[in-house]
Amino acid sequence: MKRLSLLLITAAALTACGEKAQTLGTKNDATAYSGASNSFVEAGWSAGDKTSWEQQLRTRGQYGQNDHSRAP
Amino acid sequence: MARMKFICDAERCIECNGCVTACKNEHEVPWGVNRRRVVTLNDGVPGEKSISVACMHCSDAPCMAVCPVNCFYKTDEGVVLHDKDICIGCGYCSYACPFGAPQFPSQGTFGVRGKMDKCTFCAGGPEANGSQAEFEKYGRNRLAEGKLPACAEMCSTKALLAGDGDMVADIFRERVLKRNKGAEVWGWGTAYGSKQAGQAPAKVEGAKKS
Repeated sequence: MKRLSLLLITAAALTACGEKAQTLGTKNDATAYSGASNSFVEAGWSAGDKTSWEQQLRTRGQYGQNDHSRAP
Repeated sequence: MARMKFICDAERCIECNGCVTACKNEHEVPWGVNRRRVVTLNDGVPGEKSISVACMHCSDAPCMAVCPVNCFYKTDEGVVLHDKDICIGCGYCSYACPFGAPQFPSQGTFGVRGKMDKCTFCAGGPEANGSQAEFEKYGRNRLAEGKLPACAEMCSTKALLAGDGDMVADIFRERVLKRNKGAEVWGWGTAYGSKQAGQAPAKVEGAKKS
């Protein structure tokens, strides 16, 4: 009887070892230059190419926001 | 590319709230949640100034520092984003943020268990870029579409500038040089750690005199 209860207690104590690890942390986010999977992606740059994405944003930013360069 | 930043040119902002409307429309932000808003300084006093305020995606973001579940992360471009699957809606970030950016919706898709919602610099969240799941939780991912934030692109007077920090700073500097006034950028020093134009250097207690 004593051995049985000891066995049960040990088995109950060991159940915690089977739990999944609860680690914190965010999921991996894809980089912006890898492109979006929808039909709204702007033409003029190629998804996955960081340099062309940066150039696209720079051109768009200058054209859209720098009115001094458009109307000196 | 350096890192993404916002600048609001107070000399140009006419308080039209176009940026607020653009943001709400682009991301289908529910009632009661304002990722962006226009604040008027010295309202009613001659010479009042208006600025458009949202999450500034700070260099040393205080929201990231205080989050007890570490739901924030920063992209390579310096955009501060968060994972709504991890957020517990405790509100610590709301107390830490100097710009009042974190919002806590209470209904709709965004309101599941009161998780925090804020400006994403139109960069979505950890879900797949441009997916429906990302849109429902965080709104559109315009950066991944090769576009800049909707608020800045829709600004009628181009008061609100968004994009690579060096680029927007250059545009702003050129404006200041041409008009010869209005060099103050409210929030820039708080968010990005640099001093504003005309601001005296900070005095350090107990510093040795040279």
